[in-house]
Amino acid sequence: MSAARPPLGPDRLRIEADQVCVDYNGTMALHDASLRLEAGCICGLVGMNGAGKTTLFKALMGFLRPSKGYIRINGLSVRQAQRQQAVAYVPQSDGVDCAFPVSVWDVVMMGRYGSMNLLRVAGASDRAAVHHALERVELLELRDRPIGALSGGQRKRAFLARAIAQDASVLLLDEPFNGVDVRTEKLMADLFMQFRKEQRSILISTHDLSHVRNFCDRVVLINKTVLAYGETSEVFTPENLSLTFGGLPPNLLMGPTPSRENER
Amino acid sequence: MTLLLAASTPLTWLLEPISHGFMLRALLVSALVGGVCGLLSCYMTLKGWALMGDAVSHAVMPGVVVAYALGLPFAVGAFVFGVGSVAVIGFVKQKSRVKEDTVIGLVFTGFFALGLVLISKIRSNIDLTHILFGNVLGISDSDITDTLVICAIVLAVLLVLRRDLMLFCFDPTHARSIGINTGLLHYLLLSVLSLAAVAGLQTVGIILVVAMLITPGATAYLLTDRFDRMTLLAVASSVFSSAGGVYVSYWTDSSTAGCIVLVQTFLFLLAFFFAPRHGIFRQHQS
Repeated sequence: MSAARPPLGPDRLRIEADQVCVDYNGTMALHDASLRLEAGCICGLVGMNGAGKTTLFKALMGFLRPSKGYIRINGLSVRQAQRQQAVAYVPQSDGVDCAFPVSVWDVVMMGRYGSMNLLRVAGASDRAAVHHALERVELLELRDRPIGALSGGQRKRAFLARAIAQDASVLLLDEPFNGVDVRTEKLMADLFMQFRKEQRSILISTHDLSHVRNFCDRVVLINKTVLAYGETSEVFTPENLSLTFGGLPPNLLMGPTPSRENER
Repeated sequence: MTLLLAASTPLTWLLEPISHGFMLRALLVSALVGGVCGLLSCYMTLKGWALMGDAVSHAVMPGVVVAYALGLPFAVGAFVFGVGSVAVIGFVKQKSRVKEDTVIGLVFTGFFALGLVLISKIRSNIDLTHILFGNVLGISDSDITDTLVICAIVLAVLLVLRRDLMLFCFDPTHARSIGINTGLLHYLLLSVLSLAAVAGLQTVGIILVVAMLITPGATAYLLTDRFDRMTLLAVASSVFSSAGGVYVSYWTDSSTAGCIVLVQTFLFLLAFFFAPRHGIFRQHQS
């Protein structure tokens, strides 16, 4: 950790995982994973397929309960954090049904559901939040388009807008740069910087190591457990990467990996 | 029939059938059940639960028989067996290597066969053909009451939770991550499906009830890209089909269930060919 940053108190931690073990149908998907992520950082989550990236995401969202250890988000239990809409998940482009009959506006409004009443009737503040979120991702003119009529990059921005409308302090992004054009990539990178300034923390699961180097100030390396985490410059060493990818020669790993396979 | 048609005006075509009490009742019950099933069909088609709808509607049969034998409202038996069949499907799928569609087919035919055997063994006044093909023209007062209660329950659940259920169909991961109980929604939707299957059983019977649960949704899906409009269109097309089917069956003296589903299929074909954006003729033009 850099000495220039303020010391980490528990109140400054967005994500705190301590010796977390997760069983998945009898197999250990994650063991003794410990992680501390402070407010306002962009963190890459790097590991092979099946290394436990999806498992970690699911544990952070409260879908999987650790069999050992604990997870705190903003100092709260995962369930409490869920109730406060603290965690937003931004799916992969192919993670949702694109032919679903909803408009861009409808999708972003879904980010507000958690703070609405039982009937999910949108109020003025909800509409204002959605409007503002769409402005930030530059999709306001396309708000009435069906979600299926968007390009892959635009769709990704719509789901980012949903996370903004939700006002989440922790964003979990699954392969955000897959199938995204240069303009969207630039816009997303700018947004990530703004999020960091707003003290939100972003966890980006990705195969693409060059993106980690370009966008992430933190990195977490996982292979069934957290191998290393911290400043990208310190952690992103050939030795650590070799460990992460099961002993492959580091020079192969410094470029973008061609693998686009999704984790199960 | 030709004589009748020739001798009458369009107004009498509409009014003559409902001058009979049993026709008016059949028309109103069919329209109500059609509307409720039409609304539910949006969720079934968007969630990809067409096969599940078929399974549940067949699996309720032994429940209906047992309920009749015990003197309970048939909805209770249907509900237990409908939800039970889904639980069995989930259990067998999880514990074996057999693929899901196989398990669904296997379980619902098993339940259906059990229903057939029960009907033949339990002494009752249940008419098998009424269960299989519906008997809306001869529907009894107590059946109407049960159907009204079922429709009210289904409608209440679907209206109160319509946003949550939409989100559950579209993006269950997001729904869960903001604290919505998706497991509850899953079973609620299945329960509502079981209930709607019993209501649909009154009008078109077990064999065709799956049409009530998917066709209006599929038709509406081709006509719009907005969810709210889709629900309205599905309900409208379903009510129209049910009412229209009852009329057609009266004037052609043919199966009511068959006519209702045929009108639904006809509307789907219209949408399939001529829908403004998603019809095949439009796609070829652009």
